[in-house]
Amino acid sequence: MEKFNPEPKIKTLPDELYKKLDSYIDDLSVDRKDPRKKGNLIQVLHKAQGIFGYLPEEVQVHIANRLFLHHSEVSGVISFYNYFTTTPKGKYCVSVCMGTACYVKGAEKILNEFEKMLNIKAGEVTEDLKFSIDALRCVGACGLAPVVLINDKVYGRVKLQDVKKIVEEYLVATESEKKE
Amino acid sequence: MAQVTLTINDRKVTVDEKSTVLDAARQLNVKIPTLCHLNLHDLKINHTNASCRICMVEIDGRRNLAPSCATPVVEGMVIRTHTKRVLKSRRKVLELLVSDHPFDCLNCYKSTDCELQTLVNEFGINKNTYEGFAMSQYPVDESSKAIRRDLTKCIMCRRCETVCNNVQTVGVLTGYKRGFEAVVAPAEMKGIVDTKCTYCGQCVAVCPTAALTGISYIQDVWNAIFDDKKTVIVQTAPAIRVAIGEEFGMQPGEIVTGKLVAGLRRMGFDSVFDTNFGADLTIMEESAELIERVVKNKDLPILTSCCPGWINFLEYQFPDLLNIPSTCKSPQQMFGAIAKSYYAEKIGKKPEEIVVVSIMPCIAKKYEASRPEFAPNNVPDVDFALTTRELAKMFKEAGLDLNDLPEEQFDSPLGESTGAADIFASSGGVLEAALRTAYEKMTGKKLDKVDFVSVRGMEGVKEVTIDIGGTPLNFAITSGLGNARIVLEKIRSGESKYHGIEIMACPGGCINGGGQPFIHGDSSIIEKRMNAIYKEDSGKKLRKSHDNPSIQKLYKEYLGEPLGHKSHELLHTEYYKKHGS
Repeated sequence: MEKFNPEPKIKTLPDELYKKLDSYIDDLSVDRKDPRKKGNLIQVLHKAQGIFGYLPEEVQVHIANRLFLHHSEVSGVISFYNYFTTTPKGKYCVSVCMGTACYVKGAEKILNEFEKMLNIKAGEVTEDLKFSIDALRCVGACGLAPVVLINDKVYGRVKLQDVKKIVEEYLVATESEKKE
Repeated sequence: MAQVTLTINDRKVTVDEKSTVLDAARQLNVKIPTLCHLNLHDLKINHTNASCRICMVEIDGRRNLAPSCATPVVEGMVIRTHTKRVLKSRRKVLELLVSDHPFDCLNCYKSTDCELQTLVNEFGINKNTYEGFAMSQYPVDESSKAIRRDLTKCIMCRRCETVCNNVQTVGVLTGYKRGFEAVVAPAEMKGIVDTKCTYCGQCVAVCPTAALTGISYIQDVWNAIFDDKKTVIVQTAPAIRVAIGEEFGMQPGEIVTGKLVAGLRRMGFDSVFDTNFGADLTIMEESAELIERVVKNKDLPILTSCCPGWINFLEYQFPDLLNIPSTCKSPQQMFGAIAKSYYAEKIGKKPEEIVVVSIMPCIAKKYEASRPEFAPNNVPDVDFALTTRELAKMFKEAGLDLNDLPEEQFDSPLGESTGAADIFASSGGVLEAALRTAYEKMTGKKLDKVDFVSVRGMEGVKEVTIDIGGTPLNFAITSGLGNARIVLEKIRSGESKYHGIEIMACPGGCINGGGQPFIHGDSSIIEKRMNAIYKEDSGKKLRKSHDNPSIQKLYKEYLGEPLGHKSHELLHTEYYKKHGS
């Protein structure tokens, strides 16, 4: 089968994840003549991010070839939507709500504090892949503003001095994992 | 087609119903400025995304101004093109474009040839009205040897994207990110060298500003010329002589071969030679290869290999077909290889003491000259490739005006050529030149009628069957990489019935190369250059490559036979699978 894009020399992500994505794409029965029909690309990207957690270049090229697209087109669509990310998420993903209510209650300072503590910017991940930070739009818990989520756990009415405590809580957790 | 009558600035005009308001205005010679619009009928390029909002006009009965390039005509429409409201709107659009564009026209490569600068001048905008707290900042991409990208100068017209993706189907460029951060760039903002860019330069040819330009080697060439220890020789491609006159105010299609030679000599080149010599040599080798493959019925169809843009396209996107192009180097590289071997021996110099400069209508030639396989012992066969535009600048820097120069002759021996070499510049020309030689070699008879008119013209894909001594051979001629893709996919699927295919990356051939003088949306210029090429050919006494006496001498003294051992060593190459986004 023809490919628009040369495959990357090495694929680092697990084969079984690619297989999972492939079986999803197979079910879409992509039309070679009109690959963009029915918004295939967006659906596949959404699925792929669910499977891999993020959309690195090797996944982009894989998707491009499966959908008969150029890599540039896939990359362009990913860059347009805030939802898609090309950097991996940490084991613990810090999400700071920047919705209006949280913002008014000082969410920006909270975000800056997390950035300072972890030495990364929003949208980035620490070198050991333990922590990543995201700035979110309203999470719908305005009564608890300002709100921070660590993965699915919600922290409400977060104060500046709480940030250190929260980070340490998870640092302890990662330390004890190491021992196990 | 049904006709529609409308009124523009109180004048009535009747046009096809499929026309736009802009088309109708042009029919009346009413000038409406455009920046993003690009419609080249002959080349089947139509880019109408109406993103720049410069061509706005007022239409009676409509509340909002309308972009004339994307508004279809309607019976009875009443349009005004320069009302107070229209002019105010255009000015505002320009001021906003300028507010995120560096004000450095003085040292900008495109100065005086920039569509944005022209409009800003026409509107008398001399300061930045909307000084904000931020301007787009991007590092200049000079990662390749051929194309320079300066995204701070991009006005998001997205012509390059249309040309790269829809016309050439190379697929490198995309709209990346959005809002203030938006740019037109390769996947993941990569440097161009990490992409599958073919360096065809068609993006450079359509860019209205200096966001996309060629990498310039002007200073390197001056340094070489002024270096007493070097013997600096120059070769000029066939497409230059019918285009460079435009840079000096001459009519498109004016042939300036003799003046060009005179100018190069006055610039200080030690010898002025002709890439046509390389082209004649290419035909000797390529026609022999064609005959060999037809006789053996092996590796057919044979594909021409003189266009480096198309070779890049093959190496990235059709790596399964690497065995079918001719193994012949391009005329530029054949010339370089002979200059640094045969000619070097003749004048008693070492290859590294000779500097070969080539003047090309092409951006990909810059890349081709830098390919490592064309630098035996790290001495490149071609040291610097300049575009037609760069040479025009050098002439101007040296105070040389082509209009005032006499006509002079190329130097011997690498300046002698036939009409068959001239037509390399035009789509169909390489095949026609090969046929002139192959016919005589295959049949042993003299070819009286050398014009194969059916292979000529601007058409993107041409198919012809030519009878050579009772054997009908099928050929295809394509120009533009999108058209090449159609034919290559046929080969891949086994549907192809061709014996030979000529492919050129740029629509129309080298006369429309990425290094030629800008045509600013007027594709009739390409046709005039094409006619000039055939005129130059028909005026030559010798019109078959194998009749070139210098070529005959070269084989007798040095190479032996076409496809012989020495030829293989110097004049043939191989192709490689490549990686890029």
